[in-house]
Amino acid sequence: MITKRIIPCLDVRDGRVVKGTNFEGLKEIASPVELAKHYSACGADELVFYDITASAEGRDLFTDVLRKTAENVFIPLTVGGGIRDLDDFDRVLKCGADKVSVNSGAIRDPSLIGRAAKRYGDQCVVLSVDAKRIGGKYRVFAKGGREDTGLDALDWIRRGIDAGAGEIVLNSIDTDGVKRGFDLEMLRAVTEVSSVPVIASGGAGSIRDFITLFQTLPRVDAGLAASIFHYGEVSIAELKREMQKNEIPVRIVKE
Amino acid sequence: MTVIVDYGVGNLFSLSCSLAAIGETGVVSSSKELLARADRIILPGVGAFADAMEKLTSSGLSESVCAAAARGVPLLGICLGMQLLFETSFEYGTHPGLKLIEGCVKSIPVPETLKIPHMGWNALSFGKEKHPLFRYVSEGEYVYFVHSYAAADCEKALIAQTEYGVPVTAAVAKKNVLGCQFHPEKSGAAGLDILKAFCEFRKGDL
Repeated sequence: MITKRIIPCLDVRDGRVVKGTNFEGLKEIASPVELAKHYSACGADELVFYDITASAEGRDLFTDVLRKTAENVFIPLTVGGGIRDLDDFDRVLKCGADKVSVNSGAIRDPSLIGRAAKRYGDQCVVLSVDAKRIGGKYRVFAKGGREDTGLDALDWIRRGIDAGAGEIVLNSIDTDGVKRGFDLEMLRAVTEVSSVPVIASGGAGSIRDFITLFQTLPRVDAGLAASIFHYGEVSIAELKREMQKNEIPVRIVKE
Repeated sequence: MTVIVDYGVGNLFSLSCSLAAIGETGVVSSSKELLARADRIILPGVGAFADAMEKLTSSGLSESVCAAAARGVPLLGICLGMQLLFETSFEYGTHPGLKLIEGCVKSIPVPETLKIPHMGWNALSFGKEKHPLFRYVSEGEYVYFVHSYAAADCEKALIAQTEYGVPVTAAVAKKNVLGCQFHPEKSGAAGLDILKAFCEFRKGDL
């Protein structure tokens, strides 16, 4: 049986890992390559590298980090952040990325999803959506959660899948950084419209939150988190042992 | 020396890094001359069957690959590269493959509740006899899959299956021609162990 995936997310700026709360107050943590090796050894099923650099120098540092990670870590790597056109896909795929996640770039130009899916295959295109409740609806936000796009999140996800997105990352801004659990209500709504794998993001604070996620929403395929892994609040090896105890299909790595 | 066939399909960076990680000399190349001298050949591939087959044929590399296979050189197809080894694919039409292994490629007949592509980590089962390709891994080992089509009608060559609502072909072998549907270069330590076993095969071993 296919397993539920645990995915640490590494936000990278100027070649270093950072993670903020509610997208603000960024704090530097560690060498991304070392952290990636550590997570892979602990049983991470996949890694997401998010480039939060604005400068050209930072971008070069990022692709350098990516290349060094791909040389040392042999699990799937997804790259996001600043993906605006097919050249950006090319740039990161050549450095070892397996999947590319689009967010603001796809909102600005929705044709990007279809063009990328046609060239690299659906499995390569991940649609990442930052969503927030506004008046009883889920609204898509762009630019790291700062800009209300006016788009309905469920409509946007349907459109993305129709265009060729092979996977959805749903990040709830309402629960992000709060550490009281994933946004089960929003995730349920997304799993109901998604025919492709759904990755839950935003809100995990404990092992229990992952167990609750997979037990409550069997159509969620993976759980993504950042700071709780980086700060050692949740150990991936321990999390996976607990998942196994709770009879959630999981891949256990021999240590 | 193991040659990774570069025919313009997919990303070969991770694959060559994974060979480096197990101490194998891997060369990414589209040179027929190099293919003629290879100790082993890896045929990678992602994307659509018809496109990949067209690129392989028009470049003349399909002949080099088949000639090496006929000489007994160990050949490993990965993902779409494995699917190309079969006689026919029914992905968007009917397309001929390299015909090195009997069988065809069809969409996975999953129950409606399961998602396509079959994407993620799934367990290997080897059946009665374990092929030497798996000599360093155990029954039930997890490897990484991403595919919507799978090999069918290939019972004679089947060496590993996985389960996704239905049994799915995970690996095949016919003498020196091998294929795995999963990505060993993305399957962590288990994947490297499988590549290591492959890179220990020599001409005439299988």
